[in-house]
Amino acid sequence: MAVSTDAQATEQARPRTGNELLIVEDLKKHFPVTRGIIFQKEIASVKAVDGVSFSVREGETLGVVGESGCGKSTMARCVMRLLEPTGGQIIFDGRDITKLSRAAMRPIRREMMMIFQDPYASLNPRKRVGFIVAEALEVHKMGTDAETKRRVQELLEVVGLNPEHYNRFPHEFSGGQRQRIGVARALAVNPKLIVCDEPVSALDVSVQAQILNLLKDLQRDFGLTYVFIAHDLNVVRHISDRVMVMYLGQVSELADRVTLYREPKHPYTGALLSAVPIPDPVKGRERKPVVLEGDVPSPLNPPSACRFHPRCPRFREGHCDVEEPPLYPMGDGHLAKCHYPLEHWPLTEEEFRQPGRQAVAT
Amino acid sequence: MALLDVRDLKTYFKTDDGIVKAVDGVTFSIEKGRTLGIVGESGSGKSVTCLTIMGLNAKRNTITTGEALFKEQDLLGMGMRRLRQIRGNDIAMIFQDPMTSLNPVHKIGNQLTEAVLLHQDVTKKQARARALELLKAVGIPRAERRVDDYPHQFSGGMRQRVMIAMALINDPDLLIADEPTTALDVTTQAQILNLMNKLQEEFGSAIIIITHDLGVVAETADDVLVMYAAEVVEQGPVNQIFSRPHMPYTWGLLGSLPRLDAETERLVQITGQPPSLLRPPSGCRFHPRCPYVMDVCKQTDPPLKPVTGDIDHYAACHLDEETKDREATKLLAGMVAEARTG
Repeated sequence: MAVSTDAQATEQARPRTGNELLIVEDLKKHFPVTRGIIFQKEIASVKAVDGVSFSVREGETLGVVGESGCGKSTMARCVMRLLEPTGGQIIFDGRDITKLSRAAMRPIRREMMMIFQDPYASLNPRKRVGFIVAEALEVHKMGTDAETKRRVQELLEVVGLNPEHYNRFPHEFSGGQRQRIGVARALAVNPKLIVCDEPVSALDVSVQAQILNLLKDLQRDFGLTYVFIAHDLNVVRHISDRVMVMYLGQVSELADRVTLYREPKHPYTGALLSAVPIPDPVKGRERKPVVLEGDVPSPLNPPSACRFHPRCPRFREGHCDVEEPPLYPMGDGHLAKCHYPLEHWPLTEEEFRQPGRQAVAT
Repeated sequence: MALLDVRDLKTYFKTDDGIVKAVDGVTFSIEKGRTLGIVGESGSGKSVTCLTIMGLNAKRNTITTGEALFKEQDLLGMGMRRLRQIRGNDIAMIFQDPMTSLNPVHKIGNQLTEAVLLHQDVTKKQARARALELLKAVGIPRAERRVDDYPHQFSGGMRQRVMIAMALINDPDLLIADEPTTALDVTTQAQILNLMNKLQEEFGSAIIIITHDLGVVAETADDVLVMYAAEVVEQGPVNQIFSRPHMPYTWGLLGSLPRLDAETERLVQITGQPPSLLRPPSGCRFHPRCPYVMDVCKQTDPPLKPVTGDIDHYAACHLDEETKDREATKLLAGMVAEARTG
């Protein structure tokens, strides 16, 4: 039920403009939990991603935020076909890639690349930087040896590293420099889409700023499309055109950047925004965060109906725990999965807890 | 007399490659009931400063000089036996990583009671009651049941609460929190910071909070210490640091932050990398990365000088005050203007 309404709402709120590079429909990834050694029996499943739909237009950046364990990384890995989705559809550049075989995927892989979170773990410590960056070029048989070398040096220069460091090993670089190597590697085969999974979380603020600026410059110069995953709301706001908020494997809100941060509709987004410390001793201390109770529930046994209801300050018994809200259109492509969306922003604590208006008509 | 008075603290580590000056002449003090925030990049010596005060550096290969007077007793020259009486009792520490700083093979209740039994003359029963009381105070639901759980049965946020309970169990006068919320999500971070504030109001402890998050510092600290490459480069009351920063490194830190209350097209970036502490740059250690570098910066290390017009505000920079005021105003005005349009 919720699925079809979701899809309809998505359809209404987001008429296809034709320049979508990536369309994801009702994506699901369930990890089985089994018991028994010889006769393995599936006793439950962890619903890491459970019905996520979105699209990314060419040249834009879609930011994805959520707490740890909300399924944002799993979602990214399914989109890249690094994990087999349990259900749903992934359409990349007009082609359905959900069911493609490994061999059929291969030429598509050079169109979509990934930058990983941990620059210490994602580079092979025994290979030289030149090899790491050139590997994708060699896999896809793009150019002769001399051409490859020239291309790698050019890439190192583009990402702000010294091209002469071609022969060094990853351990000779600092965290920020390693992340630049990761960026160069992703750029090597001229991809259309780059999925960045927490690319700056492991870095210091000053280095983080360098990488964010670099990513923005590259997007401008090469017309790249990004899916940018992070848990830091400041970073996501800085880099994204549109932002998707995830909670327990589902989309809870999706809107363009300005709208989402200025007029969040979902109480979870509101709580996240109010929890971000502001680096200003006067403004920051006036801030009254809406403190959520408890932790994110287990995706093994997610709460019924609205998954946010056990922690939600606006929870209404008999409604939120019975009927799952669809992604209601809030106008202008803004979607929020809530029966009692926030009326305005910012709200006082009182207003936050007492939804003023009636529920949105279903 | 301040609760803790650190004077010219130096910690050098002997390594195969030479001497690493991890902390090089740090001076600060903290009064009862106040919160001091220490900020800086990784490797700037924030954590080592606190570990040295707590006497937690390995004795081998470590050279420590200077003074750390806690209630007028020098912690650095103190014998092990006396230090152990103070640690965990008068001074307690919350470590960064709640995943690795609890013992995985003991129930959390036993780990908490151990701390009480070591420092107070009470029965096991009383100690257990105290442990329960603290677990409730830090907001662990169903504390009576959870007290007999192992650390792996708790989530990250809950483990950090257990760490805080353990640190507070003997009502310490000074609490050192080393990146207490870095490993946590924003919503959990808000819960933990709330809790620390509440506990400070209740017990009147002094808190040293080490973090690289300027947002956290702005909201929790009374005074701020900015560290760069093992030295203090700026210190003062929080309002003055944020409204009139007087050191290019502090400007860089403030400018490189994407923030919710301002719209920035391009972040100010500090170019280059933090220097190696094995061979720190000559003169001002920030000079290779500083956009305002002058000849004098390369030769002489600027001392911490009081900033005219401010109280207790010190900065280490050769730039003249007029330029610094102008640049700081420009930076902050830019942010405010952006906040309005954004």
